[in-house]
Amino acid sequence: MFQPWEIEQIADRIFDQIKGSAQDPKKLERMLEKTTARIGVGRAGPRLKTRTLLKLRADHAAARDAVFLDVGQNLIKELGLLPVMTCCKDKNTFLTRPDLGRDFDDETRDYLKENCILHPDIQLIVSDGLSSLAIEANAASILPIVTEGLEEKGLTVGTPVFVKYGRVGAQDRISELLDARVVCSFIGERPGLATAESMSAYIAYRAVPGMPEARRTVVSNIHKHGVPAVEAGAYIVDLLAMILEQKASGVELKK
Amino acid sequence: MNYKTTLSGQAFVFDSVKEVLAKAGEHKSGDELAGVAAGSDRERIAAKMVLADMTLEELYENPVAPYEEDEVTRINIDGLNQKIYQEIKGWTVGELREWLLAYENHEGKITRLSHGLTAEMIAAVCKLMSNLDLIYGAQKIRVTARCNTTVGQRGTMGTRLQPNHTTDQIDGITASLFEGLSYGCGDVLIGLNPVNDTISSLSEVLKRFDEVKQKFEIPTQICVLGHITTQIEAVRRGAPCDMIFQSIAGSEKGNRAFGFSAKTVDEALALLKNHGTAAGPNLLYFETGQGSELSSNAHWEADQVTMEARCYAFARHYHPFMVNTVVGFIGPEYLYDSKQVIRAGLEDHFMAKLSGLPMGCDCCYTNHMMADQNDIENLALLLGAAGVNYILGVPAGDDIMLNYQTNAYHDIGTIREILGLRPLPEFERWLERMGIMEQGRLTRRAGDPTIFY
Repeated sequence: MFQPWEIEQIADRIFDQIKGSAQDPKKLERMLEKTTARIGVGRAGPRLKTRTLLKLRADHAAARDAVFLDVGQNLIKELGLLPVMTCCKDKNTFLTRPDLGRDFDDETRDYLKENCILHPDIQLIVSDGLSSLAIEANAASILPIVTEGLEEKGLTVGTPVFVKYGRVGAQDRISELLDARVVCSFIGERPGLATAESMSAYIAYRAVPGMPEARRTVVSNIHKHGVPAVEAGAYIVDLLAMILEQKASGVELKK
Repeated sequence: MNYKTTLSGQAFVFDSVKEVLAKAGEHKSGDELAGVAAGSDRERIAAKMVLADMTLEELYENPVAPYEEDEVTRINIDGLNQKIYQEIKGWTVGELREWLLAYENHEGKITRLSHGLTAEMIAAVCKLMSNLDLIYGAQKIRVTARCNTTVGQRGTMGTRLQPNHTTDQIDGITASLFEGLSYGCGDVLIGLNPVNDTISSLSEVLKRFDEVKQKFEIPTQICVLGHITTQIEAVRRGAPCDMIFQSIAGSEKGNRAFGFSAKTVDEALALLKNHGTAAGPNLLYFETGQGSELSSNAHWEADQVTMEARCYAFARHYHPFMVNTVVGFIGPEYLYDSKQVIRAGLEDHFMAKLSGLPMGCDCCYTNHMMADQNDIENLALLLGAAGVNYILGVPAGDDIMLNYQTNAYHDIGTIREILGLRPLPEFERWLERMGIMEQGRLTRRAGDPTIFY
């Protein structure tokens, strides 16, 4: 079935097409119901219509802003996150050197060890990754639910950390430094044009740098048109408890 | 052996052919990530100068991956015409560049010569070419191939219609397909990237493509781009299929990371000869892209242009119907911005044509690169001028499944009109019968997908 926002989109597209040249708007309506692709858009000579072109550019602009803007300081403070930065010193380095986005310099490593709870059951991390908009849109809804849910289960939750210019692998170093049993990172995914707000949770048991990627459990597509943050939060609490119990994550986890 | 040159009073020394090749390349973020790029602009030009004086024999003797350890190198060397190689082995790379550009060396002579060129030689001459050299050099050569129809003739520019869908929903795929056909797209291929790489899903989509092809009598090719082993199994179980697809790399290790070897491709080809729906003789489709070897740590410490050229040495062994680079798909850690993507697109097209391949290009970008729709429109027009066999087309440029952008269905008609190019001949006649095109131009009816519904 269609989400309300999709129906609105279809209505928009039908309106464009009726203004355009479809011989049979009813048939087109049935086609538009089957895909979110930008079909039935008509043309100006051989080119896109003004509205189609600007919609495409608008969606791309949102995706670009998601990648290139930083997560607001207020949000980091509000959520009580301890902010650190990877070895990347700017956005360009972050985009071109994935290796540097997975590690921290000595000073930051010491800082983490001095300021965080050691040996937690669960270490939570929030990281910009490739979409700051994903963090802005979802982190404030998911983090309290996960933290409270874990505490209700009697688990110790470490000092939540914010990693600027972070790749998923940064969780391995943090997990090792703080001797966490399970690490869970909320990270912004590479934005598409359909949404720039998609966040994922990457979870690993006893993560260490260099471990196989297959050892990570992933909950993806967390955004308001995918899995809403509140719903994902409740699911992740149970998932983390299961990972702790089985002492395994990724392909080794039996669900 | 080391190589030396002096540039504006400074001496530059290189330890190996591989190092000269890497440092002579135009600036690419992927070569920096690999740690093989020139450290300065002057070092880059110094390497180009050394490369210009290097003989083809030195390149032949120094493949970037050892013959004994790499299947792609063996295919490259064993497939070479030794007579032609012996004639030219004393040439320098600089001389090869000028020979390729010279008026007296026309298409036939270049095509013959290409049988004596290894991937490393082709990468080397590419590194001495400016962008306009790459366009001029490529447009001298046309490479045709035949599956159901013939691709690559002078004066034509084709498209692969890519009707991707977020959940492989058949009617949704068909809706995008109809939209594309109504813009004159799909003459080279109707080809889907599936979400679900399963035998049943691939078979279902192939069946629908075949039905549409039969019902409207469309002279084209169909393919679903699952993993090669899934496609093989689908064909074995009776799915209608003109061509089998695989992403390839420039080293055996890279191909192994993609989950196949030369043997798998031989198997696919043999199967299609007996159970495919097309007469051929060209029955395979390959995709490539600079940087894919590094991403699987299969690059042998070589640069990404050289590894890309080696993909073509592998591909030509199988006489595919179509090959394209998915040039901007890999991301900014390999190709940082539009300047690097446009350069890479021109390089890949030139190198593939010089390798004797029917080359197209997926002119594309991801949302974390420094590029936008304007840039790939530029690249598509440049490649149109270079004689590219085909580009891709998706609804309004937005691929809802792969989450990247490529050319819009609208772009092909525009570029054909600007450059005076036509669809593949059989397909153009079909478009005329359907009332979508007249005298090489879209009609009033074009752009209305409901005419097929």
